[in-house]
Amino acid sequence: MLEVKNLTKIYDGGVRALDNVSFKVEQGEFLACIGLSGSGKSTLLRCINRLIDPTEGEIIWNDVDITKASQDEMRLIRRKIGMVFQHFNLVSRSKVIINVLAGRLGYVNPAMSVINRFPKSDVEMALKQLDRVSIADQAYKRADELSGGQQQRVGIARAMMQEPEMILGDEPVASLDPVLAHSIMQYLEQINKEDGVMVLCSLHFLDLVHRYADRAIALNEGKLMFDGTPEEIDDDKFKEIYGKEAERVG
Amino acid sequence: MKTQRSLLRSILLGLAILLVLVVYAYGFQVTKVNFAETSSERRLTQLTRILRALAHPDIFEYEQEELVVEIPFYLPCPDTEIVIPEPDKSGPYLVTDVPCVSSKEFINIEGFNLPPDAKGPINFITASGAMLQLGNFEVDDNGSFQARIQIPTRQPVAEAQHIRATARVPIGAPKFTETAEVTWDKIVETVFLALLATTFGTLLAIPISFVAARNLMSDVKSSLSSIALMIIGWPLGIGLGMLANRLIGEVSSLFATIPGVYIGGVIIGPVAAYALVRWALPQTESEQPSRGMQITRIITLLAIVGLLILTFQILADLALIVGQSLVGPLGSLGFLGNFISQLGDVGHMIIPALVALGGGAVIGNTLSSLGQSISDRLSRSVVKTLNIILAAIAGATLFIILALIINWFYEINDPVKIYWWPGGVGAVLGLLLALRAAPKTALPIGTTIYFITRTILNATRSVESLVMVIVFAVWVGIGPFAGALALALHTVAALAKLYSEQVESILPGPLEAIQATGANRMQLIAFAVVPQIIPPYISFTMYRWDINVRMSTIIGFAGGGGIGFLLQQNINLLDYRAASAQMIAIAIVVATMDFVSSTLRERFV
Repeated sequence: MLEVKNLTKIYDGGVRALDNVSFKVEQGEFLACIGLSGSGKSTLLRCINRLIDPTEGEIIWNDVDITKASQDEMRLIRRKIGMVFQHFNLVSRSKVIINVLAGRLGYVNPAMSVINRFPKSDVEMALKQLDRVSIADQAYKRADELSGGQQQRVGIARAMMQEPEMILGDEPVASLDPVLAHSIMQYLEQINKEDGVMVLCSLHFLDLVHRYADRAIALNEGKLMFDGTPEEIDDDKFKEIYGKEAERVG
Repeated sequence: MKTQRSLLRSILLGLAILLVLVVYAYGFQVTKVNFAETSSERRLTQLTRILRALAHPDIFEYEQEELVVEIPFYLPCPDTEIVIPEPDKSGPYLVTDVPCVSSKEFINIEGFNLPPDAKGPINFITASGAMLQLGNFEVDDNGSFQARIQIPTRQPVAEAQHIRATARVPIGAPKFTETAEVTWDKIVETVFLALLATTFGTLLAIPISFVAARNLMSDVKSSLSSIALMIIGWPLGIGLGMLANRLIGEVSSLFATIPGVYIGGVIIGPVAAYALVRWALPQTESEQPSRGMQITRIITLLAIVGLLILTFQILADLALIVGQSLVGPLGSLGFLGNFISQLGDVGHMIIPALVALGGGAVIGNTLSSLGQSISDRLSRSVVKTLNIILAAIAGATLFIILALIINWFYEINDPVKIYWWPGGVGAVLGLLLALRAAPKTALPIGTTIYFITRTILNATRSVESLVMVIVFAVWVGIGPFAGALALALHTVAALAKLYSEQVESILPGPLEAIQATGANRMQLIAFAVVPQIIPPYISFTMYRWDINVRMSTIIGFAGGGGIGFLLQQNINLLDYRAASAQMIAIAIVVATMDFVSSTLRERFV
């Protein structure tokens, strides 16, 4: 179980990206995080794996406070948290298989991995993960030769290499077309349902939230505006989250 | 209002133009511009001579056949009648319009039946056999020539002297002159000088560039206790490393008395090290190992490091011996043997430095992470007390090291001034820092290191390699090695800056993604940074090689060997034809280099 308590993040410039945010996520839950661009969704997700250090508050996961973890402990925590990004964040000049194997970096011997030596079992696992997202035939191409949808599948395979207990999705489908968006969301759903991995995913489209999420939270200017099931987001709630001028699409 | 403003603007513009004129006038004054000089006749003659010499580079020459024709001549006219014997008109012969003149008078001379297109000098041969050049001639298509020459001033002599024409005809194919051969040797030297300088410069610049990249360094933050322990750990580690190297050196010299141990050491050492590495560092770890296991591993790793140092020392000895013994049997490929033995020498020079630095890094980092975990675990007040003690010691250490460096330059040699004063000041500063800083706050040590590295790089870069070579020429002697070292040093500074700017401009996305997998810093650099910077690094290295080839052509001016040395010599000796040959060689090499590097750049990037 993940419990976020009174999380606040103030950037160096004084911007209050997160303002006293608290919520809980149950084991195996699919949580969607919605809100306008700049509402603090990305900051929230990055605070959970400490890519960004929060200013105040606690993040308790499996009875450990992530915000207090030392650098060495953080390495062990991070390897159990997979992350999928809006712009895929693949190393574009490296081969697909190397991008996927990068998911094992938290586990393997650092000295050997630096010279690109991975255990055989890891290479087999990488091919299996690529097969799961049906791009095993692309394994030895350069990552930038792949299309957007394929690149995001590599991103998912990389996250799965971490044998994660939690996956953070930072608008994983925002730069994909609707068809590809559903296909990527289905992979995440499959990981969530079959492997029981907790998924925290920021999304822009409400229909995706309705279709895939068990529960949703909403942020506006760093404040938590909503915490409930997707069905509870009616027109009033919608206006509260997105502002009075907003209109529903999709 | 509007007209007023435009008037003001006009006045300001006028003043600005006036100011510019003054600036240029002063420029003319200080650069001693003198256009009268450019049209002075004496200067123009000299200029023409030099330019013509430059246009005739001393590259090719022909074997020449010489044909000598003489005619008797009296200087001055004797009192008696002169009889010049009729020349044999079937062969080549000379005719003068008068048989005798006084000194300094002009005569006309004609030659006939000479080989067409021959050239050569006309000389006056004195009674004593001395030869004075009077002028040159060129034979026309009919085999004859005409020339007007001035007879030199000589002491009066009664008997006949001679005027001689030496007709020279090129035969056979053109061949390279001696100058051309020397130029070739030196240009090869120059290209390799640039190659070595670029290679060594690049190797050093790559790791430095990571330290000089802001985006990688800015999030390196450590607590005060960690930083203090690191500052204490480095000199300690360097000392221990030097000690270890000496001890291992003694062990290896013990072995050296037993024959055959070299080969054995070189083979067994790496194999044993590899086996131990495989045991001590398992490929995958899902759990944090126990403390006992960690200690065992550290001891094993230390043993491996010792073993590797021993192996390298034996290897260096071996290279020295094998290389020297190969020089004779290899004959013209003897330079390969020499190369191997030089590698051995390099090893002997570098191993102690590497071991010392490695020791510093290991002890420094171990103590630093110890400090970090102390700071993470203990209570605030304990950490604060500890910080005060550690920061005082670290401050004292740092300042004493600085004082020792200053002392080396200025030879103060007063223990009070080089130990007690700096130590005291450093300790007080450390103390103040520890008192002021919150005990557990992470300090931006990465940014500090970044600024220090940048400053050192900028200072080094601002010293031109032409100046650096003077110091190196004193150290290793005038010659290409000094040039290579100077260029290498400048390359390190320049490339590290260029490289680090490339690191700063990489995409942050992959960096974030790799960090999120739980990778450590080494892995982050290997997986997210390196793949992104390979194309610009190759491109900049090529560019630098290009620059180094150009620089190495003039580094010889300051004693750095290569073709510049030759060029400067010939310019000083006023041998402009030879200098011209060398300038052409430089132009060809630079143009070729430019073409090759741009082709390679396109291929890789």
